[in-house]
Amino acid sequence: MAKSLKANSIRTATRKWCWLFLGPVVIAFIIGFVWPFIQGIWLSLCQFRIVSNAEFVGFDNYGKVFSDPQFVYSFWYTALTAVVSLVIINVLAFTVAYLLTQKIKGANLYRTVFFMPNLIGGIVLGYIWSMIFDGFLSAFQTSILTDTVWGFWGLIIVMCWQQIGYMMIIYIAGLNAVPGDMIEAAKIDGATKMQTLFKVTIPNVMPSFTICMFLSLTNGFKLFDQNLALTGGAPISGSPSIAHTQMLALTIYNTFYGQASNARGTAQAMAVIFFILVAGMGLAQLAYTRKREVQQ
Amino acid sequence: MAEKAKGGLEAESKGLIVLSVILAIICIIWVLPMVAVVINSFKLNTFVKTETFALPTAESFAGWDNFIKGVTLGNYNFWLATWYSAFITIASSALILLFTSMAAWYIARVDSIFCKVVYFLCIFSMVVPFQMVMFTLSRTATQLHLDTPWTIPIIYLGFGAGLAIFMFVGFVKSIPLEIEEAAAIDGCSPVRTFFNVDVPMLRPTMISVGILEIMWVWNDYLLPYLVLDVEKYRTIPIFIQYLKGSYGTVDLGATMALILLAIIPVIVFYLCAQKYIIEGVAAGAVKG
Repeated sequence: MAKSLKANSIRTATRKWCWLFLGPVVIAFIIGFVWPFIQGIWLSLCQFRIVSNAEFVGFDNYGKVFSDPQFVYSFWYTALTAVVSLVIINVLAFTVAYLLTQKIKGANLYRTVFFMPNLIGGIVLGYIWSMIFDGFLSAFQTSILTDTVWGFWGLIIVMCWQQIGYMMIIYIAGLNAVPGDMIEAAKIDGATKMQTLFKVTIPNVMPSFTICMFLSLTNGFKLFDQNLALTGGAPISGSPSIAHTQMLALTIYNTFYGQASNARGTAQAMAVIFFILVAGMGLAQLAYTRKREVQQ
Repeated sequence: MAEKAKGGLEAESKGLIVLSVILAIICIIWVLPMVAVVINSFKLNTFVKTETFALPTAESFAGWDNFIKGVTLGNYNFWLATWYSAFITIASSALILLFTSMAAWYIARVDSIFCKVVYFLCIFSMVVPFQMVMFTLSRTATQLHLDTPWTIPIIYLGFGAGLAIFMFVGFVKSIPLEIEEAAAIDGCSPVRTFFNVDVPMLRPTMISVGILEIMWVWNDYLLPYLVLDVEKYRTIPIFIQYLKGSYGTVDLGATMALILLAIIPVIVFYLCAQKYIIEGVAAGAVKG
């Protein structure tokens, strides 16, 4: 009783300082997030080129989004890129993490090198690799800007180079948390290395797998800088013309700031759908981790 | 029995050697792209595309020309862009660290309905992709005259508050209340309690959050591109993106020289603060 009284009096004293502690963040948060978000929802229901001329059109924009061939194409292209990169990144990152936790000499050096690309920004990364791919592809008289297949795999390679080191760090943390005596017990019981790996180690690092898979999935869906710098959506062909390597985020950007900028309402509607998609994945992850925490 | 164990050990150490060799090879492949940047930054433009993977020869060697040419490419001074990048990164991270830790402490300690709303909105903002707000955010920034490098940290504080507050609240809740009660009994005001008692304990989380924010802001392209007046103010990613945008043919040699200049500070920062960076990234990933 006395204790809670004390806590309460401290709380009352602290409350006087609300403006100081919360004020700056709340103001910046309203400017940088809350107001743009609300305005964004509203504008997705309007037709406009300049916001002051916005005209309410209801759900028309959403209808246009789903009949836009570029959006539909980019959606499937993004989904494919995200899933393929998810599988490759996680398989390789786990393998490297597993090898690095095997008491190898110089493990720290390897870890340092593998993680390094993660610090380089997406734009710079895109240009480094566009030089490398073009240097390589020029021998075959082609370029990453004209070859759709290379455009796809090129982006996957860039994503792998950037993200494997990152995911590796999470897997290493998970692997180091596996109790040593559990592995020891499996060994004494005569389990082979492979059996130990699949029956003991992997089930124990499942939480890391969940985190990394969700992370690489949302990273894939939100990819923008690398996409812009590597191919910028090229090649563009067909009728209606489709940018063959353009992912969702870049499609939204181009619809906003492209030539037909009276399509801004549609672009904002695309952004809302994109938000629901990405937020859905985030919430699924949250729900999943919560559930697991309860079970433990 | 002993012999068998010995044999097993030998096989195991042989296996480890094979693994080391495999890892070393992957490592070399891993750094090759960066080696390619270094090599090509010293090559004449025409040779970058045809001899990308060859070392510079007497014929293709450009010396420091690419660097000299590169820093004024795109009619903009590269060092100016570096200065803006550095200022925006440091100012934004400092602002975020100071104000979000204060807010998080208040949220964790007072826990009123208003606090709960703010906290919920913060978590919500973490799952919102930038494209959702990019158009309206850049418009709001222009209207409020926040479109300069000196004011853009406010935008970063607003848009980046979510993750920082989330991480800080988690940590503040683990600090026992008794310490603060003792400070209060000794006549310490809440503001002093926060700065003198809590901030020192928050240091590890501050480093983690700081690293995450620095990496984000330094590499960010779209937000500053849309918010800033790019004719006047360019950060390094904007500068590099403009090399391709403004010219029909790009001087690849000079571009690689610039990219090298752009990643050297990042690599130096990484090698100096490696331990904190890796810890920070792991903490951010697990929580976010």
